[in-house]
Amino acid sequence: MFENLTERLGRTLRTLRGQGRLTEDNIKDTLREVRMALLEADVALPVVRAFIEQIKARAIGQEVMHSLTPGQALIGVVHGELVALMGAANEDLDLTVRPPAVILMAGLQGSGKTSTVAKLARFLRERKKKSVLVASCDIYRPAAIDQLRTLATEVGCGFFPSTPSDRPVEIARNALDHARKHAMDVVIIDTAGRLHIDAEMMQEIKDIHASIHPIETLFVVDSMTGQDAANSAKAFHEALPLTGVIVTKTDGDARGGAALSIRHITGKPIKFLGIGEKTDALEPFHPDRVASRILGMGDVLSLIEEASRTVDHDKAIRMVEKLKKGKGFDLDDLRDQVRQMKKMGGMAWILDKIPGMDSLSQKMKGKVDEKEFVRLEAMINSMTAHERRCPDVIKGSRKRRIAAGSGTQVQDVNRLLKQFQQTQKMMKQMSKRGGLMDMLRSIGK
Amino acid sequence: MFGFGKSKKDLPASPASPPVPAQEPVQSGRLLDRLKDRLTRTRANLTEGLARLFTGRYRPISEEVLEEVEERLLLADVGADATTAILTDLRARMKRQALTDTEALYQALRENMLAILAPCTHPLVIPGTIRPFVILLVGVNGSGKTTTVGKLAFRIRQEGLSVVLAAGDTFRAAAVEQLKVWGERNNVPVVAQSRTADSASVIHDAFHAAQSRHLDVVIADTAGRLHTKSGLMEELKKVKRVLAKLEETAPHEVLLVLDATTGQNALIQAEQFHQAMGVTGIVITKLDGTAKGGILFAIAQRLRLPIRFIGVGEGLEDLRVFDAREFVDALIGSDTTSHETPA
Repeated sequence: MFENLTERLGRTLRTLRGQGRLTEDNIKDTLREVRMALLEADVALPVVRAFIEQIKARAIGQEVMHSLTPGQALIGVVHGELVALMGAANEDLDLTVRPPAVILMAGLQGSGKTSTVAKLARFLRERKKKSVLVASCDIYRPAAIDQLRTLATEVGCGFFPSTPSDRPVEIARNALDHARKHAMDVVIIDTAGRLHIDAEMMQEIKDIHASIHPIETLFVVDSMTGQDAANSAKAFHEALPLTGVIVTKTDGDARGGAALSIRHITGKPIKFLGIGEKTDALEPFHPDRVASRILGMGDVLSLIEEASRTVDHDKAIRMVEKLKKGKGFDLDDLRDQVRQMKKMGGMAWILDKIPGMDSLSQKMKGKVDEKEFVRLEAMINSMTAHERRCPDVIKGSRKRRIAAGSGTQVQDVNRLLKQFQQTQKMMKQMSKRGGLMDMLRSIGK
Repeated sequence: MFGFGKSKKDLPASPASPPVPAQEPVQSGRLLDRLKDRLTRTRANLTEGLARLFTGRYRPISEEVLEEVEERLLLADVGADATTAILTDLRARMKRQALTDTEALYQALRENMLAILAPCTHPLVIPGTIRPFVILLVGVNGSGKTTTVGKLAFRIRQEGLSVVLAAGDTFRAAAVEQLKVWGERNNVPVVAQSRTADSASVIHDAFHAAQSRHLDVVIADTAGRLHTKSGLMEELKKVKRVLAKLEETAPHEVLLVLDATTGQNALIQAEQFHQAMGVTGIVITKLDGTAKGGILFAIAQRLRLPIRFIGVGEGLEDLRVFDAREFVDALIGSDTTSHETPA
């Protein structure tokens, strides 16, 4: 979602490169560009103003004089301020209470609360090894309760049944009792979408909050939201003691300025990003990494973290090494990667994290067919060890054998070989450009 | 003209429709009042700013005032391009000395905004010659497609036409059940298959059902999808192809449902969906909040697509024909008498 903002800021700041020094004038021009970029990215106006002021104050100061080039210094300042704006550290969910820990979800209609409940339940079950109960207080939208029931079955968590004739406060309280009796670790309460100006509905969620005392009250917001994000975030923040924010639908191409606005207005950390339609498409939010991504530095840390979760640590390091080198990259490696990618959530997810790939990935992302991986692996499996190491020997008759062995066509084999060559080339280019380790170092600072 | 008292009772859970103003006038005037009330909220924000600008309307215009106007337009999600276009024109007029005071500026602003939206004001007309008339709703996740299907069915039934709903959202959990409830509320049949069914096949069935039962209109729901997922966009194109095979001219209306709270991304959504599906009309939903829907200006300027309806709530009757004048006046607050928001 931050790609466009990245592009825009990238262009803006690049014009600064090659300048001998920063004058008050060229900062002014650049800052105007940054202002427009942020506005176009749907960052709320008051937030933009505050941001620009901070940048100005910091840029025309000592920090610039100490640095190597003025352009780098300004990027540093913008990056630092973006990080500051989005919160300094990744804050996990707070579940350190006597169980059950209660999580309450709140948000506007269509922001993605119910899907997020399911994702969160799965996340807590699989990664935190918690037993989770979900309940829906949405008695208004037709079939909202059914929706949560279906999702709960899918992710394998407990579901507390409710009906549209129940009172939302009662549902929440009864679900909590149920969880207590059955010694569940976490209860997630889904609520109806509501407009922040709807006094009656806002009172209802305040009542729900008062009756169940959630440890986490999460505001769910659509990443595509425009200037209105400021209004709704403010109203929800005033009505409820929010503890965090979840930004959804970030797999689209919205510029994601709403995330910045909400963070600034509520002062609450963004805890998760929704990154797809499936129930595992939820990702912890890392402000510094996203700020880096805005500046075109990619999100390698997320990549490595995910890799170490699904693969093992050694393999992850080896993969980064391989990515770094690009040399000696053969079809065995490609197969390894295909397997790891399948484990890690597919190509699109990975592309998203690699520096320099952000502009490209948008175009490619939608087009990557995950089934293609299955075919790819089948073809590589049908090759001999020698062929995998030296793909150059694969000519007509070998191609026919591989195609027959994997149930594909010769054209598919050709395409695989071509793709492999391109990948090899890309790996080499990436390693030339300073590569991943450089990125890691710069982020680590 | 619409039987509101009745429809209200039909709603099983009356809290489903957002609370209406405490004292309600008699039926005929209710809808308008209600809309006015809703739009007033929309209006309130932009107006607050502009009202401040235009108090003591006959003030000379300074560059500051113009900048304020620009900022307010940006705040309403009007977008950089549309805002720049409006401001350029205002500045040009100022140079020609055509704008001397803030009242003139206000009128010019209104004119400008109207000029952008007026070409897009084409209500949906269902000709009597096409049966069944197929309406397909598309849009990103959570924009309000299914709710709009329900409200649209109500509206078309009011026109005396018979309707069948097609539960084309076969992806989201309980989307079919949700649509069935809307079918019951409207007392219209719903054609559905299981959750794993193919969307195109469901809509295909609905078309046949309409044909054999001589129903006038098919309203087809589809699963929400982000316009960046080309696989899902292909699936949508398939729906269109399947319909075109049944009846060359179908779908007769492709409605893109946009959420008014969406920022600049709505323009990209509109472009992408239009490119894939040939959108013939736009519905903008959730205008009963504080979102101003200003992105309509950018969309109107770029794509010139007809804007058919606005959604102002979750009740059956909360879908209104789009009216550019009303929309602009609501946005910049033309009549000072309706500025106050009912408590």
